[in-house]
Amino acid sequence: MEKIEARFHVDWPGFSLEVDCVLPDRGVTALFGPSGSGKTTLLRCIAGLERARKGFLSFKGEIWQDDTTWLPTHKRPLGYVFQEASLFPHLTALGNLRYGIKRATTEHKVSLDQAVELLGIGHLLDRKADRLSGGERQRVAIARALAVSPRLLLMDEPLAALDLKRKQEILPYLERLHDELEIPVLYVSHSPDEVARLADHLVAMEEGRVVASGPLIETLARIDLPIRLGEDIGVVLDAVVGERDEAWHLARMDFPGGSLWTRDMGNVVGRKVRVRVLARDVSVTRKHQAQTSIQNILPGRVSAIANDEHPGLALVRIQVGASVLIARLAKRAVAALEVSPGQEIWVQVKTVALLE
Amino acid sequence: MLLSDSDLEAIWLTVKLASIVTAILLLVGTPIAWWLVRSRSWWKGPIGAVVALPLVLPPSVLGFYLLLVMGPDGPVGHLTRVLGVGPLPFTFWGLVLASVFYSLPFMVQPLQNAFEAIGDRPLEVAATLRASPLDAFFSVVLPLARPGFLTAGIMTFAHTVGEFGVVLMIGGNLPGITRVVSVQIYDHVEALEYAQAHRLAAVMLIFAFLVLLALYAWRPNAKKA
Repeated sequence: MEKIEARFHVDWPGFSLEVDCVLPDRGVTALFGPSGSGKTTLLRCIAGLERARKGFLSFKGEIWQDDTTWLPTHKRPLGYVFQEASLFPHLTALGNLRYGIKRATTEHKVSLDQAVELLGIGHLLDRKADRLSGGERQRVAIARALAVSPRLLLMDEPLAALDLKRKQEILPYLERLHDELEIPVLYVSHSPDEVARLADHLVAMEEGRVVASGPLIETLARIDLPIRLGEDIGVVLDAVVGERDEAWHLARMDFPGGSLWTRDMGNVVGRKVRVRVLARDVSVTRKHQAQTSIQNILPGRVSAIANDEHPGLALVRIQVGASVLIARLAKRAVAALEVSPGQEIWVQVKTVALLE
Repeated sequence: MLLSDSDLEAIWLTVKLASIVTAILLLVGTPIAWWLVRSRSWWKGPIGAVVALPLVLPPSVLGFYLLLVMGPDGPVGHLTRVLGVGPLPFTFWGLVLASVFYSLPFMVQPLQNAFEAIGDRPLEVAATLRASPLDAFFSVVLPLARPGFLTAGIMTFAHTVGEFGVVLMIGGNLPGITRVVSVQIYDHVEALEYAQAHRLAAVMLIFAFLVLLALYAWRPNAKKA
């Protein structure tokens, strides 16, 4: 079984966790939810830092916890990045890295040099933790977790304690990690942007329960169980920069099934990016509109219609080539335009957010 | 010579006693302090209270019970007789044993504070970096608690040097065996040898001041770490 299977039952005063999920053994899986939803507790249970009274955990077929087995944290082949860097203050950055390397018994798939290079911390190695900035500390902490060559990397809101500038400093390193290493990552976050940008797989949690789990793009495209990633429902698309219109400062993002123009943020043609289209920014027309300010008009086919939270609104799922967009429409408009599943329709997208 | 031979003998005995007691307490007090910090056992409260008892009990009370326990009819006295060591009261090692109890809180409490200040996180980090709990104790807790160990060691040593009541109850006043500085001063005063009492008392006063000065002057650094 090349998967991670986790079942935990935790009952604490004022909090309970009741989780039964199968997580992929590759890519970045985001555990997403509001604070108190149990995502950190789930991560700590997987790390063995918390011991659920009733629990089962298997990692690629190895049992880490069941009724009779309990593998203590230090025997689990994982790396863990805490919300605060938590470097050992009595050691230098290099000392921190070596601490884990010395004790790691697994074969070294990630070398010290590779971890140092990946996180760009070569110039910081002889400094003690209190001589590092918050962002630098967190980069050392991530390198430290990587340097033990974990077979599973657990990250508990590694950017939450940092300001926006520091986040921007670290995110590219996390993306590199995702692109260059084949270590499955479980990434706890309550930041929609981080999740939309980094995750391949989404586990949405609420009040100690998993409410949805699946590939990020598919899961966000569900309207039967809409996931609010941030302020609104919306889809995420994997795209490639196809063209730059330098005269008008626009860039064309090609996604499977179409393309969308966005503001040009200076990305070179050919670069892989992620874009996000919110349901409220998508409208539909029966005929192709010529005289409109909308720059993105795509042909699509309605695949499903569902009720939105407000009784006057509907969520319409529209297939655009191999991709899916979600539109939020007034039910009166749905009736007037006779929008129904299977129907060919024109999709107008007002705003596309480039996730950077 | 400012200090007589018997004064010097008392000083040497005191230093020897305090050193041995501090060494023993480092070995005994560290696990107790660690257990008190980490344990969730019901026993934590009672054990913590017993460790703190010498702080509030009059030394004579403590000395009295230790005397009973170490005496020929007490459990420890019985044990020492079986082992062929002979009775402990009024011997140097009896004094060591009594001092270990008497100074226990001065070792355990600073260590307890130091361990508590470290918190769970460094241990969790160590565990995720493959360190077993014992490994983490030596590689993370000990270095991080170093200021606490220094405080605890100094406090224990100084407190053992300064004890009097327990010594009188357990050790009596045997030159070279149990006659420590505090008892020697008492002797001088009893014998109206005020000049000699003065010199020895001054030595103690300066020693105590220097110890506390060292502790306080060095504190700010400890905080920064």
